[in-house]
Amino acid sequence: MAATFFGEVVKAPCRAGTEDEEEEEEGRRETPEDREVRLQLARKREVRLLRRQTKTSLEVSLLEKYPCSKFIIAIGNNAVGVWEEVGCAKLWNEWCRTTDTTHLSSTEAFCVFYHLKSNPSVFLCQCSCYVAEDQQYQWLEKVFGSCPRKNMQITILTCRHVTDYKTSESTGSLPSPFLRALKTQNFKDSACCPLLEQPNIVHDLPAAVLSYCQVWKIPAILYLCYTDVMKLDLITVEAFKPILSTRSLKGLVKNIPQSTEILKKLMTTNEIQSNIYT
Amino acid sequence: LNTSLSTPIFRPAVSVGNVGQLAMDLIISTLNMSKIGYFYTDCLVPMVGNNPYATTEGNSTELSINAEVYSLPSRELVALQLRSIFIKYKSKPFCEKLLSWVKSSGCARVIVLSSSHSYQRNDLQLRSTPFRYLLTPSTQKSVQNKIKSLNWEEMEKSRCIPEIDDSEFCIRIPGGGITKTLYDESCSKEIQMAVLLKFVSEGDNIPDALGLVEYLNEWLQILKPLSDDPTVSASRWKIPSSWRLLFGSGLPPALF
Repeated sequence: MAATFFGEVVKAPCRAGTEDEEEEEEGRRETPEDREVRLQLARKREVRLLRRQTKTSLEVSLLEKYPCSKFIIAIGNNAVGVWEEVGCAKLWNEWCRTTDTTHLSSTEAFCVFYHLKSNPSVFLCQCSCYVAEDQQYQWLEKVFGSCPRKNMQITILTCRHVTDYKTSESTGSLPSPFLRALKTQNFKDSACCPLLEQPNIVHDLPAAVLSYCQVWKIPAILYLCYTDVMKLDLITVEAFKPILSTRSLKGLVKNIPQSTEILKKLMTTNEIQSNIYT
Repeated sequence: LNTSLSTPIFRPAVSVGNVGQLAMDLIISTLNMSKIGYFYTDCLVPMVGNNPYATTEGNSTELSINAEVYSLPSRELVALQLRSIFIKYKSKPFCEKLLSWVKSSGCARVIVLSSSHSYQRNDLQLRSTPFRYLLTPSTQKSVQNKIKSLNWEEMEKSRCIPEIDDSEFCIRIPGGGITKTLYDESCSKEIQMAVLLKFVSEGDNIPDALGLVEYLNEWLQILKPLSDDPTVSASRWKIPSSWRLLFGSGLPPALF
């Protein structure tokens, strides 16, 4: 409980998460109907891997089906690439804008997997939706499987708002966008930017992937771009360019100046008519 | 994980004020415990960051995840640190996995560091020390006797349903997260477990964490006994580097 400035006593949110007693009581009071609703909700929130062209499911995890040497995961709207599609992970949660999960079109796809035509062992995953906490481990299992290969390298690209960055200065004075990196113990190359300083931490799907890689000793690196805009923005996308010169990704982009042209093209196709109400 | 028969395992409960976890940070940081493994589970919300106990540039770049195991072989101590909250409906499965690991690791006993809502205290509790302990019945006699000699207060039973006058009495730990579940399960599985907790409110819980480690230290003597000077207490526990900026970044000067 906490007292507000106006003298009312209110229940303060507990940093420890769900009140234990509520959850215990939920367990005790759960009727068969409640249980059925909960199971149906869990089924609706399941992560499913499928091939969009044939609308068939993948029977095994993605990386068990396709050999992979490099896997690049772009999480969020600002980290994109242009590749050939091999499948997608369809999922639903409360953050999804569309309720139609059966008919996917290119703008409705959730996590899409591509591989490089010129080098099919190089994969890209574009994940522009929010994967909820209870779905993150499922996602990992569906994509990596339970016995991941160790001879692949993972690169994760994502963005955060600059106000999330903890520093002794005011975040308003930081020269955003800027990059920070986190890497697993087995990633031996150097990052193209400073490592993320404590007390900063990372959550959500990027954290789930990096944790998985750390535990399974897979070389992986997360590049985090702190930016003050959250929509697709050329300046923020350009902030990722130094990554293209790193040892792991150098061979993938032949012409750096050309990549800016590609990025500009992507900007135009993705521009949405906006007004003050959106 | 090789543990000798006398090894106790510490773990925090994710509870009000995160006091158990803060206390665990102090123990790991002060004793310079080494990381020996991960408790990889789908029950906790994922998070990563660089080494929260870094002291130099050199040791600052080791990745840390949400549940890690540390040890200090010279004192036969093993610590499990939890850094995030439970995913909905996953707290009970986590307790089961944890206790099954504890049993299979052959460790002597588990010590849970926790906290409980201070606003839920009754009149007697308001007037006494804010620290409480609980021991499972299978706890060794020698430990029970040692605790008795410290004159500690055992956690009192209270009404199972507070609003109902003729409700039965039982152990309740409001705000304690999975503490009660762990305690109950350990009782039934005959695991030696001690729960050490403090009544706290949400806020700056660093002093509460310092209090809880001193309470633990009365029993285990991890550090030399405290002198009568209370100001010495804070300085002998090493505050980890990750505790910087607990209340956010610096303020824009234009605000003033």
